[in-house]
Amino acid sequence: MLEVSGLDKRYPTGDHALRSVSFTIDGADAVFVIGPSGAGKSTLLRCVNRLVEPDRGTVRLDDLDITALAGKALRDARRRMGMIFQEFNLVERLTVMENVLSGRLGYVSLWQAWRRRFPPDDIEAAFVTLRRVGLEGFENKRADELSGGQRQRVGIARALVQRPRILLVDEPTSSLDPRTSEAVMALIVGLAAEDDIPALVNIHDVPLARAFARRIIGLRDGLVVYDGPVAQADAAVLERIYGGAILAETERSGSGPL
Amino acid sequence: MSTAPPPRAWRRYTPAQTVIHTAARVALAAITIWMLARLGVTWEYVADAPSQVADLLGRMFPPEWSFIGALVDPLVQTINIATLGTAIAVVLAIPIAFLAARNTTPNRATYGLGRLVMVVSRSVDTLIWALIFIIVVGPGSLAGVLAVAVRSIGFVSKLFAEGIEEIDAGQVEAVAATGASRGQTLLYAIVPQVRPVFTGVCIYRWDINVRESTVLGIVGAGGLGFALNEAILGLEWSRVGLILVVVLGVVVISEAVSAFLRKRVT
Amino acid sequence: MTATAARTWRPPSPWGRPWVGPVVWTAIIAFLVWNVASLQVDPARIARGFSRFGTVAAKAFPPSFERFGILATGVWESIEMATLSTLFGVLLGIPVAVLAARNVVPLPVYAGGRLVITLARTFHELIVAIIFVKAVGFGPLAGTLTLTLNSLGFFSKLLAEQIETIDRGQIEAIRATGASRAKVLIYGVLPQVLPRIVGLTIYQWDIHLRQSTIIGIVGAGGIGATLYNAFARYDYDFALAILLVIVAIVLVGEAVSAIARKRVQ
Repeated sequence: MLEVSGLDKRYPTGDHALRSVSFTIDGADAVFVIGPSGAGKSTLLRCVNRLVEPDRGTVRLDDLDITALAGKALRDARRRMGMIFQEFNLVERLTVMENVLSGRLGYVSLWQAWRRRFPPDDIEAAFVTLRRVGLEGFENKRADELSGGQRQRVGIARALVQRPRILLVDEPTSSLDPRTSEAVMALIVGLAAEDDIPALVNIHDVPLARAFARRIIGLRDGLVVYDGPVAQADAAVLERIYGGAILAETERSGSGPL
Repeated sequence: MSTAPPPRAWRRYTPAQTVIHTAARVALAAITIWMLARLGVTWEYVADAPSQVADLLGRMFPPEWSFIGALVDPLVQTINIATLGTAIAVVLAIPIAFLAARNTTPNRATYGLGRLVMVVSRSVDTLIWALIFIIVVGPGSLAGVLAVAVRSIGFVSKLFAEGIEEIDAGQVEAVAATGASRGQTLLYAIVPQVRPVFTGVCIYRWDINVRESTVLGIVGAGGLGFALNEAILGLEWSRVGLILVVVLGVVVISEAVSAFLRKRVT
Repeated sequence: MTATAARTWRPPSPWGRPWVGPVVWTAIIAFLVWNVASLQVDPARIARGFSRFGTVAAKAFPPSFERFGILATGVWESIEMATLSTLFGVLLGIPVAVLAARNVVPLPVYAGGRLVITLARTFHELIVAIIFVKAVGFGPLAGTLTLTLNSLGFFSKLLAEQIETIDRGQIEAIRATGASRAKVLIYGVLPQVLPRIVGLTIYQWDIHLRQSTIIGIVGAGGIGATLYNAFARYDYDFALAILLVIVAIVLVGEAVSAIARKRVQ
């Protein structure tokens, strides 16, 4: 269970990215956060695993208060949250296997990490996960040899091999073409459901969100302006989230009106 | 009735521009002549120079091939000075580079410190460093190694720091997000990104250092330069010729090796 | 998923075979160890070095600017040498660069041009300076000639590389008008490489300024001779003053060159 309450973040530049954001994810649902760019989606996600420090508010994962942690305890908490990135953020010059195994770094010593001596269970888990994302036999390819869709699959594998309690997914498809986007999104949602873990997914592509989401959180200027089932997110709701920009937004993503 | 219009004139530059350009050229010529005059050239020497050079070359060639045995040791010394100097410089340059890269330096003071080391090291030539180290440790290879090392730190750490500044922060963020420690993030996200740059810079600097090491001996810091200086002082021109041939060989070979290796690492 | 026998995985070796890496590293480390051993450094020598450093440092501080006249003469001579040699180097270097650009001259000419560049690059300026001192006597003339020759190895090389990357279409268009080789150079090549020539000239001047501070060691003029004499006469406070001035010249030269190059682009 992820419990976010009263999260507030203002950057030194003056951008008020989050204004008292609160919500709870119970069970293993995939929750989609939508909103125009600059609404604070990315900041919200990074405040959950504290890649960005929130100014106020708390984040609780199960019984753990993430916002109260520091140092080793914070790193241990991060092990329980798998993150998937917009630009994949693979270490380009490492092999696929090394990228996937970096999901287990929190469990091995510095020496083991340097010598690439991961426990056999981790290696087995990495092989199994690579197969689940459809990249069997790719382990010794270098990440920069892969296509965009394949890279994101490695990114997914890296997050899953952590055996996380939640997936944090930041615009996973905006660097991909529409067909690959759909496949990657289906993979993320499907694998999260298989492992029975929730996912918090940022996305700007409303039709794609509609296709996969049950629950949607709408962010605008750092404020939660909608939180509810996707079925009730009608034109009026979208108008509230996007303002007048909604038509342009849907046109850009290549589909008709909702 | 109508007369043909007069042919139109076209000039690349307006009259004003032409005046400025001409004035600039005249000024440049005047400065050149003035500086030349101040050089205090003894024109008899200059007139004599081609025949002097020809005479010198005539005495150098053919080189005294039998002297080659005595050059093996200086040659090895030259390579050693370059290699060891580069190795020491690289070891010291790595921490300095992390201090002097904007994205890894802990604070402004450390950044300034890193930049200061770079500037001091780079603005003094290897030969001058050699003069200084000879005073401290006496003539010989050790002074050469230290001179090469100190001069290379600035060069190597500057290029290292540029490599570090170019890394993709997203990859670092992703590894940190898995719960990896600082050291592990360094190993998995930063080292792979900077490794090709680092290796390339090391090889490149080694190549430069081989060339520098060939002359360090002229001021007393060991290697082929020492043999060269002795031969010149002893007016053994055919030996000088041989040494120059050896220097040419070493420099060309090290450059080829360096180019080959650098092509492989990128 | 049923657990089969745990699979193992080793990172693929960048050397092709797993044993090559350790062998290469062992060889490199052994070589370095032998290097250190051949230096014959012993604690006593290090201790002597430190104590001598203390003595020298005590003599060097504070730096002495008493003989300012000698210092200023040396500095000015260095600047003159650097400036004149850059000028001559560019005048001489442009034709050499054209002759060493594969895309504008036939192969035999190209080979000749490259040979000139390689020879000019290979020998350290100090060696070249020794030869010129023998040929034209002590003084800044030898230094100017040394640095001029040096330009052929740096300026010409980089300019030739620039010429080799120019847009062929523009050359073709000029050639299509029936222009001769020389006219193609003036109308098709020169406009494309002119900014680079200016930038390289400034850069070359910066490098020559650095070199002009050391070739005096072998008698080729400039501040280097003054420094070498100060060291030889154990005038360490004067030597430190000269060193500080050299550092200042180099830094100012680098800054001027950086600003000027930025403005050209």
